[in-house]
Amino acid sequence: MAYSEKVIDHYNNPRNVGTLNKDSKFVGTGLVGAPECGDVMRLQIEVGEDNVITDAKFKTFGCGSAIASSSLATEWLKGKTIDEALSIDNMDIVEELALPPVKIHCSVLAEDAIKSAINDYRVKNGLEAIVLEKSHH
Amino acid sequence: MKQPIYLDNNATTPLDPRVLEAMLPYFTEKFGNAASRNHAFGWVAEEGVDYAREQVAKLIGCTEKEIIFTSGATEADNLAIKGVFEMYKEKGNHIITAVTEHKAVLDTCKHLEKNGARVTYLGVKEDGLIDLAELEAAMTPETILVSIMYGNNEIGVIQPVKEIAAIAHKHGALFMTDATQAVGKIPVDVNADGIDLMAFSAHKMYGPKGVGVLYVRRKNPRVKVTAQMDGGGHERGMRSGTLNVPGIVGLGKACELCRLEMESESARLSALRDKLETTLNKMEESYVNGNTQHRLPHVANISFKYVEGEGLMMAMSDLAVSSGSACTSASLEPSYVLKSLGLSDDLAHSSIRYGLGRFTTEEEIDQAIEVTQKAVNHLRELSPLWEMFKEGIDLSKIEWAEH
Repeated sequence: MAYSEKVIDHYNNPRNVGTLNKDSKFVGTGLVGAPECGDVMRLQIEVGEDNVITDAKFKTFGCGSAIASSSLATEWLKGKTIDEALSIDNMDIVEELALPPVKIHCSVLAEDAIKSAINDYRVKNGLEAIVLEKSHH
Repeated sequence: MKQPIYLDNNATTPLDPRVLEAMLPYFTEKFGNAASRNHAFGWVAEEGVDYAREQVAKLIGCTEKEIIFTSGATEADNLAIKGVFEMYKEKGNHIITAVTEHKAVLDTCKHLEKNGARVTYLGVKEDGLIDLAELEAAMTPETILVSIMYGNNEIGVIQPVKEIAAIAHKHGALFMTDATQAVGKIPVDVNADGIDLMAFSAHKMYGPKGVGVLYVRRKNPRVKVTAQMDGGGHERGMRSGTLNVPGIVGLGKACELCRLEMESESARLSALRDKLETTLNKMEESYVNGNTQHRLPHVANISFKYVEGEGLMMAMSDLAVSSGSACTSASLEPSYVLKSLGLSDDLAHSSIRYGLGRFTTEEEIDQAIEVTQKAVNHLRELSPLWEMFKEGIDLSKIEWAEH
């Protein structure tokens, strides 16, 4: 299958690969997917004053589209407030990376990872977890 | 664009220029229909076909009359299994095969199940070989056919064909084998091996696509199959249709070259394969799939744990290889062959098949090693699973959110 140039770029030069201290109360971690399904994403955010995301890191086990989706997500997250981050939709990722229909699940996983990281941060800081609508698979 | 290094010779092989040369006249001046008995055009074409029949027969140790030309191995598998089922239905309706067979066999069996066949699908041991005791136990008086492949396309393991044939015959059943990956690569002799029917194709042995063979035994016992296509009664009535003369001539030449070069070529390929495999197997958490004693000389199937096959292939775009991970659909089904060895889904997803061939050089193998190592290391740096493994976390204890 032919990948889009943007996917290839993120795949060859992934942005923000790494690990934040998951025990810090300023850090939210989302781990989604399963090895049996062929993809696992771990996305982390560090939240500063005024609920602004100051840093984002990822590691992903998966195909090129999964890696690119999570790499792009970390780029978009930095500088956004948590509320703004919650509005990132998987279809935005599909559009930006020109993902083909069979790879839409990669973008869904990235959206799930963002929400899961935000929830982890909220719970750590005594806030209620946001009830997530089941993303459109 | 720079061509990637071709290491997918189990999918198909390039046409040997010597084969092409033999074929060319049969597209132009020797264009006749091999069934035209009344003029020289037909005779010349028939001569070409007859000579090819001899070349094929010599490679597998049979007589020319036992060769039925088809469009490929898939057609030969269909003709053998459906043809035996229809021809011998008075005797019984039971067929035995194995779960690691090619889809051309498995789906044909599934089709027959809808038409009254009872099919036993034998499992395989961890090394990919069937259990002979299990086969013996599965035989019944109604068993008409045992169909087990010679060499596996994904992992290259060679089944104990002789022993399987003996068990089938002891119980009065025929033995059929899909030998697509084996013929031309290792010595295959239908008499020594006790094979009654055998399917294979030209394009896996440096011949053209679109031509294959069904070997059908004529003596001890005389085997018959019911034709699956109606028409002019070519190929002793078993396969109608004007013969693909250039293809058949190419197949004949390909068989001859394989026979003459097999000994040196299989030694050369297994040395290269072993170099590739031993070096890559030294990487942490890499596993060789399938039995390494009984297997084809040119195949290596290796899983690199904690990286995903499709992502890995993308990092190895300089190599044309094949992955056990079919992550091209939302279902993300990993290889059924690897899963039947008992591999967990994640290891099956992490596997790469290297298929070496006649035109593979040592330099290419060195490059393949380097590209693979670099790709695996790159992806492991990106892999949360690798990081967790390194931290000593037991991944099987994590509750994954299946999606």
